[in-house]
Amino acid sequence: MGPVLAGVLQLTALIGALALAHVPLGTYMAKVYSADRHWRIEKWIYRCVGADPDTQMRWPAYLRGVLAFSAVSVLFLYVLQRLQGMLPLSLGFKAIDPDQAFNTAVSFVTNTNWQSYYGEQAMGHVVQTAGLAVQNFVSAAVGMAVAVALVRGFARSRTGELGNFWADMVRGVTRVLLPGAFAAAIVLVACGVIQNFSGIHEVGQFMGGSQQWNGGAVASQEAVKELGTNGGGYFNANSAHPFENPTPFTNLFEIFLLLVIPFSLTRTFGVMVGSVRQGYAILATMAALWVGFVALMMWTEFAHHGPALQLAGGAMEGKEVRFGVGSSSIFAVSTTLTSTGAVDSFHSSFTGLGGGITLLGMMLGEIAPGGTGSGLYGMLVMAIIAVFIAGLMVGRTPEYLGRKIGTREIKLAACYILVTPALVLVFTAAAMALPTPAHSMTNSGAHGFSEILYAYTSAANNNGSAFAGLNADTHWFNTTLGLAMVLGRFLPMVFVLALAGSLAEQRPVPVTAGTLRTEKPLFTGLLVGAILIITGLTYFPALALGPLAEGLAS
Amino acid sequence: MNNSFVNTARLLGAGLRALLVLTVLTGVLYPLAVTGVAQAFFPTKANGSQIKADGKVVGSSLIGQQGYGLDYFQPRLANGLGENSVNKQYALILSGATNRSADNPQLVKWVQEAKARVVKDNSTADYKVRPSQVPADAVTSSGSGLDPDISRAYAEIQVRRVAERNGLAVAQVEKLVEEHTSGRTLGFIGEPRVNVLELNIAVRELVART
Repeated sequence: MGPVLAGVLQLTALIGALALAHVPLGTYMAKVYSADRHWRIEKWIYRCVGADPDTQMRWPAYLRGVLAFSAVSVLFLYVLQRLQGMLPLSLGFKAIDPDQAFNTAVSFVTNTNWQSYYGEQAMGHVVQTAGLAVQNFVSAAVGMAVAVALVRGFARSRTGELGNFWADMVRGVTRVLLPGAFAAAIVLVACGVIQNFSGIHEVGQFMGGSQQWNGGAVASQEAVKELGTNGGGYFNANSAHPFENPTPFTNLFEIFLLLVIPFSLTRTFGVMVGSVRQGYAILATMAALWVGFVALMMWTEFAHHGPALQLAGGAMEGKEVRFGVGSSSIFAVSTTLTSTGAVDSFHSSFTGLGGGITLLGMMLGEIAPGGTGSGLYGMLVMAIIAVFIAGLMVGRTPEYLGRKIGTREIKLAACYILVTPALVLVFTAAAMALPTPAHSMTNSGAHGFSEILYAYTSAANNNGSAFAGLNADTHWFNTTLGLAMVLGRFLPMVFVLALAGSLAEQRPVPVTAGTLRTEKPLFTGLLVGAILIITGLTYFPALALGPLAEGLAS
Repeated sequence: MNNSFVNTARLLGAGLRALLVLTVLTGVLYPLAVTGVAQAFFPTKANGSQIKADGKVVGSSLIGQQGYGLDYFQPRLANGLGENSVNKQYALILSGATNRSADNPQLVKWVQEAKARVVKDNSTADYKVRPSQVPADAVTSSGSGLDPDISRAYAEIQVRRVAERNGLAVAQVEKLVEEHTSGRTLGFIGEPRVNVLELNIAVRELVART
């Protein structure tokens, strides 16, 4: 069997596994967020928090919960890193510098997991396990909570009530992420991912002498890193490191983990709005983009254009032998079309066009299938834009799921889709115009520009992967990328929750002969088109200067 | 006092309590539970899949090593591997890739040099390696810098050199490569590969026996 066929079969197996998993998991999550009863441990948590989980919140209250919890999280994680030198179980590692600690705290709370530090030499057991890994759970749970609030906006009418933030966030952790991550972590350990607290220890070598290894709670972090679409590696090499991703099977399993919740949430959506076919239309849109991007990536990576790759006879720079080109291509697309940002191979050394595909994946807004929660709400906002465009074409007030998309709704949706492009383009332009940021580049020419464009695209879209030649541990990059992450995470959430509140207040409009049927393939086609056209118009000039210039030159 | 200030403080207090209790759950109990299960049922794997030769630990089957002499099979390049720049009381290995782009002149040079070296090192008196035989993994750096494997093709072109330098028959070394080649998982997942450390341990044992 050739590597291309093996790659296609791996993609097919992944599609099969996701198809099998998304119905039970999606239906289960719908039950989780609709259940009246609380688990005993949850009641105990609510008592500690001092919140009544049965109080319904309107959108401003829900948003205040999101922002308060996230603000406290940033502060806590910042202080933890600044105090590392004094904490036990920190291997004697020093405190993290203020700018890097700010960047890292923001990065993990916003579900980005951009890393300007090297895990091996910077973060001890306590910061990794009780700081960073905790945010891997709760930042994902916050994203899911906001998505569920938007879904309730469509499902409810004449109320304005969106549920309870504390209940939604806690249930996301206790009923979805924690059991899922525990099971996944055991599978990963069984395949060779390490899980110990042996700190830094000496291990003998074949040619004599010894080398120093980092021990750590890697499997437990790796599992939730993928399942919660986080992506921050325990080690610098992330999921290319054999202790994070030891075998071809773990590689495919990790890709499955990072896709399974975002894809399954379309089912949750369908069940909660009372029409699983609406969920299928969203699922089909996500799946079409994801499969299309994987196909393009495999095509360009197997063709290995570019002087160094042509000379080498294959696109193996920055890739591991056990994964090869096919499996690495699937991982690269899946991690950039979700908000994960974990890598099993290094995007900077992909072909020019391959690097461009990873960039474009993030620029779509990470909605195919996107991050845990953020993918679904991002895609639903795009669906509103698509019905609006369709409404303009036929001269009718647009409707989606029985809700009128009026001035207020379309304004909020438009604000949502303007946030990340504004952040990416303004910060990239500023970094290019200033004299010093360019000193951080490893590569020159078009690819050097791509390194900076990639950094801001990754930060503003909360992805976290990098064209990692860029030395991002500078005051400028730690600060501006940190700002891009905060604004790129929470401004869209403000617009989504306001939109949800506005939708939940409406009285439903009846379906008539003139209603655009949003559960039909025609709408899926329209939605895919709208996404590609809007992203293309926004980013084409930037892409032309970077990856397209590089890719077409070779 | 201002009412909204009190409300904000109350909300932030709730957020902090929620974070602390979830930290205990997901940041303490969860990793300890996973560690408990891992150490009870998969102790070797949870501690890094170390392998021994002659009773001594010589590394991990998962972590590639550098610095093998030409008597042994050579691993992939690791031009992206680094040394620690902070907390220098340790000598840590920083995993990583070169991050050089496909059109980077330095990467082109690295590939050229590696190709020339692979051809020269592996050509023996009666066996000339052609540049077109050299596979891509032999001249590129891996993603982690710790890739434990090489492709079958890269192992094949090293067989004669290793046999000659150790006074072994080519067929014997060929057989070792065959034994240490793993196919794709279930026939289609990942790529076929040869674990360099395990192969070199086998070479050393064979030399000791003959």
